Amino acid sequence: MSDTARDRILERLRNAPRQEAPRPDAPASTAADPDRGARVGRLKSLLEAMRTEVHVLPAAEWIPRLREVLQARAIKTLLYAPETGLGAALAEARQQDAAGLPELVAYSETVESFKERIFAVDAAVTTAAGAVADTGALILRPTRAEPRLMSLVPPVHIAVLAAEAIHPSLSEAMQDGRWSADMPTNLLLISGPSKTADIELTLAFGVHGPKELIVFILDD
Amino acid sequence: MANEPFENNVDRALADAQLRKNFAFAMGNFILKRRAVFSDAEQTERLRTIGHAIKQRALSRLPELLEQLEAACTRNGIRVHWAETTAVGNRIVLEIIESHAAARVVKGKSMVSEEMHLNAFLANHGIEAIETDLGEFIIQLNGETPSHIIVPAIHKNKAQIAQIFHEKVAGAPYTEEVAELNAIARNTLRRKFYEAGIGLSGVNFAVAETGTLCLVENEGNGRMCTTVPPVHIAVMGLEKVVERLEDLPPLLRLLTGSATGQLVTTYVNLITSPRREGEKDGPQEVHLVILDNGRSRIYQDPQLRQTLQCVRCGTCLNHCPVYTRIGGHAYGFVYPGPIGKILTPQVEGLEKAGTLAFASSLCGACEEVCPVKIPIPALLRRLRDESYSSAPESSVPGRGCKQNWAERLAWKGWAFLNTHPRLNRLTTALLGLVGDYLPPAGPLERWMRYRSEPKFAPRSLHRRIREEGIADE
Repeated sequence: MSDTARDRILERLRNAPRQEAPRPDAPASTAADPDRGARVGRLKSLLEAMRTEVHVLPAAEWIPRLREVLQARAIKTLLYAPETGLGAALAEARQQDAAGLPELVAYSETVESFKERIFAVDAAVTTAAGAVADTGALILRPTRAEPRLMSLVPPVHIAVLAAEAIHPSLSEAMQDGRWSADMPTNLLLISGPSKTADIELTLAFGVHGPKELIVFILDD
Repeated sequence: MANEPFENNVDRALADAQLRKNFAFAMGNFILKRRAVFSDAEQTERLRTIGHAIKQRALSRLPELLEQLEAACTRNGIRVHWAETTAVGNRIVLEIIESHAAARVVKGKSMVSEEMHLNAFLANHGIEAIETDLGEFIIQLNGETPSHIIVPAIHKNKAQIAQIFHEKVAGAPYTEEVAELNAIARNTLRRKFYEAGIGLSGVNFAVAETGTLCLVENEGNGRMCTTVPPVHIAVMGLEKVVERLEDLPPLLRLLTGSATGQLVTTYVNLITSPRREGEKDGPQEVHLVILDNGRSRIYQDPQLRQTLQCVRCGTCLNHCPVYTRIGGHAYGFVYPGPIGKILTPQVEGLEKAGTLAFASSLCGACEEVCPVKIPIPALLRRLRDESYSSAPESSVPGRGCKQNWAERLAWKGWAFLNTHPRLNRLTTALLGLVGDYLPPAGPLERWMRYRSEPKFAPRSLHRRIREEGIADE
């Protein structure tokens, strides 16, 4: 007889009457696999319904559009990940022409020495690893280069997504990406800016997470 | 209110016009939202069938899955703790906090932590636990408990919340603007997230296959609690484990659709490990506390086991005619509404909480909307039976607690009357004559307080059949 809580709990469970239950059938995949255009359209409309600003544009145009978006909001500091392709492109664009691009703050230290800075920046830009069309959500896989707090703490979160990474459903995203074989420290679905309805069910945006979510879908 | 008789709580709630208005409005709203997102009845039924099968499957392999979960979490660097009781669970959490010499904990919404009465326990040990979900923050300021498992402050209206903020938050002006109230909470709590040494959260689903903790939320406070502080403690009931990652998509659809009528929450947060080598943020330590607190006993009974399928969406509350009229506090325990009525008596025992199982009209709305098809009315009837049962094989604590000699005698008399035809004929004839003039006294008085009195036909059904035959036979 074992004397740890763990063993006592497990033993009680093992001694209970067994009930067989078959593994459930996989959920039927979303009706007809919509084409890329339809996926982009559905994602865009669902995100917009959750008060997200969505720009669908060719890859070459996203940085010029970013300049406009940031300028319109008078963003002064932008947190970015210098080691990502996205970050490198942004830094290079700013070097060539700083117009409309604010001070870039590189997330290059650990949070212990960088926390104050993260809580003070105006906005952050990250990659979205993918998206789910049927429920309307971005998939974020924070990495060493692009840490977790970027999409959480700054009041404005800008995410850049490649249109070909939009999956019809979450199940398909999991299967195609073989998630179960390689789960990162943290994986997120994000469907809009932070919100609540805790007071009289009145929807209010920007509680604890970002007040604004802006998505660039690069579709060439 | 747990110390007061349930009947008193009900009377008080029914007399509170503001409370009834708040609940009627909110529950009506939730019903419409759920209906809008589950507009296709056939599709919804298919989804519920899958949800039911996933949870049944998980329960059928519960001990194996918990071991698998523990192994996977441990491999990922998450430290797993087991607690048989809430007291032990609290102690484990306290020890982790003390080992980091932390004085403050930021909390995401967790019903299990309510079940543990963790905040009060920590306060007694000089540790401040700060609720960060807006609804929880409101009721914590006012020293209350949640009245709903999804929207804990739903019993309060704007004006009441405005008053609470004005009185309890330093420097907060009186405002009934929801956006401004929201901003007050944001500003107050940002600082707390920044400073806290420990973040605590619940768990919506724990995936055995990968050792992943799945948390859903809309506000971002859950992500704050699980990402900013250097230590994250997650607490979960042992029934939260599911087999595979691929079980999540249908369960998430069911949970969020049922809870708030959303297709997906703002955030679905999948946590698989503490900060890994080279990563720049995230907690360095993640702890998972697996709580039993009576669940392994509930598991012993094949019928009652279905209670453990619950995903805590709260839709049975929203659709319950009793809950909608009395609100969550009247139940006197942490889990209100239909799910509370089947869960609480099994955890706390029938002597203490058995009355709850009788506070239902058995209308069946809860079962009809339950995303994982828990047969709540059947379980309520079972618990009612258990209150009078003397079956020794039952595992329900307090079984037979309502047995009394008067009722036993009455039923014996009933059985005798109905097994002796001549006597039966005599009494039915007699009741047909004088039954309508019975004085409303004793048990009849209690019965008739809320019900119309029984009307007896002058001739019994047996007699009419004998005399008139059966039409259309």
